[in-house]
Amino acid sequence: MSTRQAHSDAARIDPHSKTRTTGHEWDGIEELDTPLPRWWVITFYATILWSIGYFLAYPALPTLSGGTQGLIGWHSRASVARDMEQLSEIRGPVLERLANAPLEEIEARPQLLSAVRALGAAAFANNCAGCHGAGAQGAKGYPNLNDDDWLWGGKLADIRRTIEHGVRWDADKETRSETMPAFGRDGMLDAKQISIVADQVRAMAKLPGGIATAQGAKLFDDNCSVCHGVDGKGNHDMGAPNLTDALWLFGSDKETISSRIANGGGGVMPAWKDRLDEPTIKALTIYVHTLGGGE
Amino acid sequence: MTSADMGKAKSGSLYAPRKTIYPKEVEGEFRRIKWWLLAFTLSVYYLLPFVRWDRGPDAPSQAVLVDFLHRRFYFFFIEIWPQEVYYLTGLLILAALTLFLMNALAGRIWCGYLCPQTVWTDLYLSAERWIEGDARERARKDAGPRTAKIWREKIAKHALWLLIAWWTGGAWVLYFADAPTLVYALATFQPGISEAYIWIGILTFTTYMLAGHMREQVCLYMCPWPRIQAALTDEYALNVTYRYDRGEPRMSLKQASALRLAGAPAGDCVDCGQCVAVCPTGVDIRKGASLGCVQCGLCIDACDAVMAKIGRSARLIAYDTQMNCERRRKGEAPVYKPLRARTIIYAALIVAIAGLMSAKLATREDARLSVLHDRNPLAVTLADGSIRNAYTIRFANMSAEPRRFLLETSGVEGAEVEIVGVEPDAEGRMIVGVGADQTRETRVLVTWRGARRAKGQTPILFTSKELESDASVTMRDVFVTP
Repeated sequence: MSTRQAHSDAARIDPHSKTRTTGHEWDGIEELDTPLPRWWVITFYATILWSIGYFLAYPALPTLSGGTQGLIGWHSRASVARDMEQLSEIRGPVLERLANAPLEEIEARPQLLSAVRALGAAAFANNCAGCHGAGAQGAKGYPNLNDDDWLWGGKLADIRRTIEHGVRWDADKETRSETMPAFGRDGMLDAKQISIVADQVRAMAKLPGGIATAQGAKLFDDNCSVCHGVDGKGNHDMGAPNLTDALWLFGSDKETISSRIANGGGGVMPAWKDRLDEPTIKALTIYVHTLGGGE
Repeated sequence: MTSADMGKAKSGSLYAPRKTIYPKEVEGEFRRIKWWLLAFTLSVYYLLPFVRWDRGPDAPSQAVLVDFLHRRFYFFFIEIWPQEVYYLTGLLILAALTLFLMNALAGRIWCGYLCPQTVWTDLYLSAERWIEGDARERARKDAGPRTAKIWREKIAKHALWLLIAWWTGGAWVLYFADAPTLVYALATFQPGISEAYIWIGILTFTTYMLAGHMREQVCLYMCPWPRIQAALTDEYALNVTYRYDRGEPRMSLKQASALRLAGAPAGDCVDCGQCVAVCPTGVDIRKGASLGCVQCGLCIDACDAVMAKIGRSARLIAYDTQMNCERRRKGEAPVYKPLRARTIIYAALIVAIAGLMSAKLATREDARLSVLHDRNPLAVTLADGSIRNAYTIRFANMSAEPRRFLLETSGVEGAEVEIVGVEPDAEGRMIVGVGADQTRETRVLVTWRGARRAKGQTPILFTSKELESDASVTMRDVFVTP
């Protein structure tokens, strides 16, 4: 069987339908050249006319320094601004209630709580998730905010202060600035002493392989207990973690602990006071507090 | 214009001009059915938004209402939430199957009797006849000079059309808001309802264009159903059919009488053209089945009237099949098979799906619970080594009264359960109050403080018990130990 396409001079009038054919033929099957209804074609031209009007009315043509502005003055930024305005109008009553409610009372008011948690979740995704993770699960060096282990305190006021002023954020005078000294690098302890303290800390945390020694206890007492406490339970005022619990921000193996003792320092968190408005900070505080670990 | 006529353009022209159709008025059985259906369907459409239905003080009292703002759909005793949109899917499936069944029984009767395009075109045609006269008169006026009277009539006709169109759009928006309130707001030009005006504008334009100007062009060129229908039909489906076995050879009444006197065969068709004159889509039914034919049966009425006048029996054109014409010509008995595989299957499917939907609707729970395990982190280790899982639990109260639900868990015995923001009562029960027709989302923390658990997942059940009635819903999830 051969497939061939005849020349268009083979066009003829089909006797059954009285319609012209295109002259194309495939194995004896011919194609009718049924004309379009004229209004259909007019509709097509109307869409072209519409596009010209649209082109003139709206920003369309890019130029070297921007683009044509359109005759009706529509602007995507203005459109977004209008949408945002509508949104804040809708949020208005909730934000007002949020502004008027003391931080401690919000969680006892179900409707306000669910609105505030929604606001907080959105703000968290925008501002916090970058370091703390989408579910606030944290990562090595970035605290998990779902647990009940807090460096700087897990009460509402503590959380709020941490959000507002950040941690070791020099641009903010009220930032939480306490830092672990670099005992090794600054020559306060030598490598052997660091190893002994690391073993001592692991023993206090009841980690397998931890070795408690008299020398270790003395070194800990002399160097660490000021911030971490005599019993190693930490101190929120100093941002000093509890060394006896199950959670380790950087890791609990001896190498990591030794490295932390030798190099000191700690994580940094920006201050948000000047970047987020009061209701957002309040909402974030509630959101973080209600993740589960709030004190 | 028939499908055959569509291509009769002048040689070389790519575009076919439209041939104006002047459908003649007709009286008869099928016309009467069409009038009744028109009155019924339009009454339903225009009046339904005003029907009231009492649902208590907190819910709208409109029988049929699509409430986009509050995300509810009301249909008499049925209230549907967005997550139940499958009811709509079910309705659409039923509608499609009903269309298929109608098609298997009698072709495109949907098109001829119930399609909004047909119904509104019929309405527009009768308005046109009322003002400008019947087909012949209108054709004469269009062909002749435009006198002042003709202009007056044209203006009156278009004004009436626009009025109907505006009313159509006006009725449409009433399905989306409380009808009496909106009618009052529209009538007194209240601000803040620009959306209603926009939709009325759109519907006014489409109704005026489609029913006033486009008419049969919609059926011929725009509607997909004739094409789909052609693929779904078979030789037993009844169609408006010219019984050529009886009609041919067609000839004048005089010739036919002479031949019959001589004992020679003569066809019943006297070629009077009435079937073509009344056709709203300009079809000549005598050419056989056609894309343009909407199965409205008006040609049957026209032909029956002529047959009665010339003393021949009715139904030279009838709902029949091509196959039967052929059989009769060969002297065989006609075959009608309304019960055949496809009609039985369609009907069975309709019954099954309608039954399924009714059963689902009858047993619809008015309280629901949804449980979503935190995805990230799946589990949290606490300072003392305890394991905590967090869940987002949403209580839905789909009834007209506020209700209180008691949350209980089982599966991880001995675990602590707490709902953020909900204090346990004196007996340690956790009770969540949910307003009428509302949902409440809560964060639920399940903490295992006991001995070290094996790594993995344990099934956990959350049960929400309605305090007053004790009706309960249980959802299953897992407790993850890392």
